[in-house]
Amino acid sequence: MSTEKIQDSREIRHWPDHMETDYLYTLGIAGERFFQEIKKNGKIMGAKCKKCSIVYVPPRMYCEKCFNKLEEWMNVGTKGVIQTYTVAHIDLNGDKLEKPMIYAMVKIDDTDGGLIHKVEGIAPEKVRIGMKVEAVFKPKGKREGSINDISHFKPAK
Amino acid sequence: MFGKKRVAVIGAGLTLFRRNMKETGREMCWEASNMALDQAGLELKDIQSVAYGSAPDAFDGIHMKGENMTDGSGAWRKPFSRVYVGGGTGVFSAEAGWWHVASGLFDTCLVVAEEKMSPCQPHPAQAFTTIFDPIMDRPHGTTLIWIFSLEMHRYMHKHGIKKEQIALVSVKNKGNALDHPCAQLGAKITVEDVLNSEIMAWPVQRLDISPTSDGAAAIVLASEDVAKKLTDNPVWIDGVGWCIDSTYWTNRDLYYPDYVECAARMAYKMAGIKNPPKEIDVAEPYDPFDYKELHHMEGLLLCKKGEAPKLTAEGVTQRDGDLPINPSGGLLGVGNPIAAAGLMKVCEIFWQLRGEAGKRQVPGDPRTGLAQAWGDLMQYGSVIVMRK
Amino acid sequence: MSAKIKEFPGEEVKLADLKAGKIPAIRDRARAKYVFSAGIAMSKFLNELKKGKILASTCSKCGRIMVPPRMFCEQCFKPTDGWTYVRDTGTINTYSVPFVAGDASRLKEPIIAIVVDLDGASPGMGILHTMKEVDWKKVKFGMKVKAMWKPEKERTGAITDIKYFKPLKEE
Repeated sequence: MSTEKIQDSREIRHWPDHMETDYLYTLGIAGERFFQEIKKNGKIMGAKCKKCSIVYVPPRMYCEKCFNKLEEWMNVGTKGVIQTYTVAHIDLNGDKLEKPMIYAMVKIDDTDGGLIHKVEGIAPEKVRIGMKVEAVFKPKGKREGSINDISHFKPAK
Repeated sequence: MFGKKRVAVIGAGLTLFRRNMKETGREMCWEASNMALDQAGLELKDIQSVAYGSAPDAFDGIHMKGENMTDGSGAWRKPFSRVYVGGGTGVFSAEAGWWHVASGLFDTCLVVAEEKMSPCQPHPAQAFTTIFDPIMDRPHGTTLIWIFSLEMHRYMHKHGIKKEQIALVSVKNKGNALDHPCAQLGAKITVEDVLNSEIMAWPVQRLDISPTSDGAAAIVLASEDVAKKLTDNPVWIDGVGWCIDSTYWTNRDLYYPDYVECAARMAYKMAGIKNPPKEIDVAEPYDPFDYKELHHMEGLLLCKKGEAPKLTAEGVTQRDGDLPINPSGGLLGVGNPIAAAGLMKVCEIFWQLRGEAGKRQVPGDPRTGLAQAWGDLMQYGSVIVMRK
Repeated sequence: MSAKIKEFPGEEVKLADLKAGKIPAIRDRARAKYVFSAGIAMSKFLNELKKGKILASTCSKCGRIMVPPRMFCEQCFKPTDGWTYVRDTGTINTYSVPFVAGDASRLKEPIIAIVVDLDGASPGMGILHTMKEVDWKKVKFGMKVKAMWKPEKERTGAITDIKYFKPLKEE
């Protein structure tokens, strides 16, 4: 009768398999411009929706609230404030990190958006929500047009 | 009429379909949705709900794809659902949108279907290898093309159909696509070109297949009272049908898609259609491979089993024939960003019934149209009947 | 529509430019490993394959003899009632000859993929497998085939314990 359970655990079979796929993601119309500005000019850009009075960082092609196309882009500077943060002690595989890493959601000044990034140059116990930080860029020759062209955020005066 | 309210399509939007698009999936969703809203004369604030459809996350490479596409699909802080039934998704997303409005729960629904297949490396075909049963099918090195070619071969064998007869569909659809502004592979080809093209998996050759693509499509649905205020030209969704067959695809005779017939009967019953070949003026059945158009014509009861190749050879399925099939150019000609391709067919019927299909317009004032999509492991049929 | 709309949105990029790094893009890799439970029916099926046998399940209501075996009959939606063996011979229900691999590259040798309806199971109960020891141009619908098994000590309890099917020579 097929509803009978298997009694001997040696009869239970498993089948191992894997899904390995490589990806090549285009950055998009807005993303390409955002990352090229970071790479070439060390600038963080935002896009403004005049109707909703929102400045998006990262900038995007359209306003998610009113659906208008966003054509006004501006340099939003490199300074911001820690809105929230976490301190990681283990890596993706669950192994202990050499030293704890601080990740923060940094709200860029005078915008409605922000970036997730590493915070360095401060002991984890001293990080505070509301702390002022600013972006540190890699030297121009080492930038590739990715979020890691910003090396980290450091405490600002 | 089934459902509490009659539902109309009042706007449609489409991006270009191309092998590689610069836009992210979200940006393509916005481009298509924005166009559909413009066409409908509505703003985002007028949309009460969003139904979104997309095929495996493995193509875009973001394994939570629906959520990632929400703000491009106008779903910011709105009721949002994602549906997925493999290749059937495009037409099924329109049906999911239909539920939102026909139930009386919402007056408007934006339906968005998107696919960005290009991120998957080295080729999007890679993502298809993991749709198969890991124990029975994958160990043989099974790929998607196997199941299509196994089905095509069975269909050919059962009815004694030759490759030349099937190749006529590819010739027709790629030719039709030359008149579609979004088409990826519109071309003038011959039956010889198809028969001389590279063998992919016998009997499937390269020109028998649609391409992999990036693209998005969108339609705006509205309840009867809202639709009548906004337009003199609503296109009504009068019939919806959907059906799925067993996953044990090797236990089925693949020569005929019973599940497409089930879905078609459901839609025809709702729409009051008793004689499909006479009452359907224009149809867009799913054509990822050329033989599929024939297979689906039969499953949709538009002709007898085994008869579809004859109708094609006689020119009945040309735009100026008695039963125009895939006047858009279908997936073979316009492109195959999986979910978006199915919704593209719904957009085509919308434009055809309104007389707005430009050079692709089927003559004779078509009043009743049908779009159908197909998916999963040769399992799923979704059918929509539209009328003006 | 398309008659009214002047321009359709979308910015194409060329595949060659993308691969050559001319278009800014981010590379990533998804690496997910899985261990699937075979479940009750398939565990038994795999164990029997190791012994050189093909297991099927039976439903008393519809009378079907089903391969692959299953815990419930999906048509009657009730538990299946028993197990039985089917033969390792069958007929070709349909076949195809792939010349390309899963990553779209060309294979050196084409594969002959078959759905073989197994003798002893209900009509149309096929399984997917491959064929060898035959010229692909000579394969026919309805051809009788027989399984070629791995030697017992090489079997692990997998569908590939059957290496392939080959034409059955009638005595």
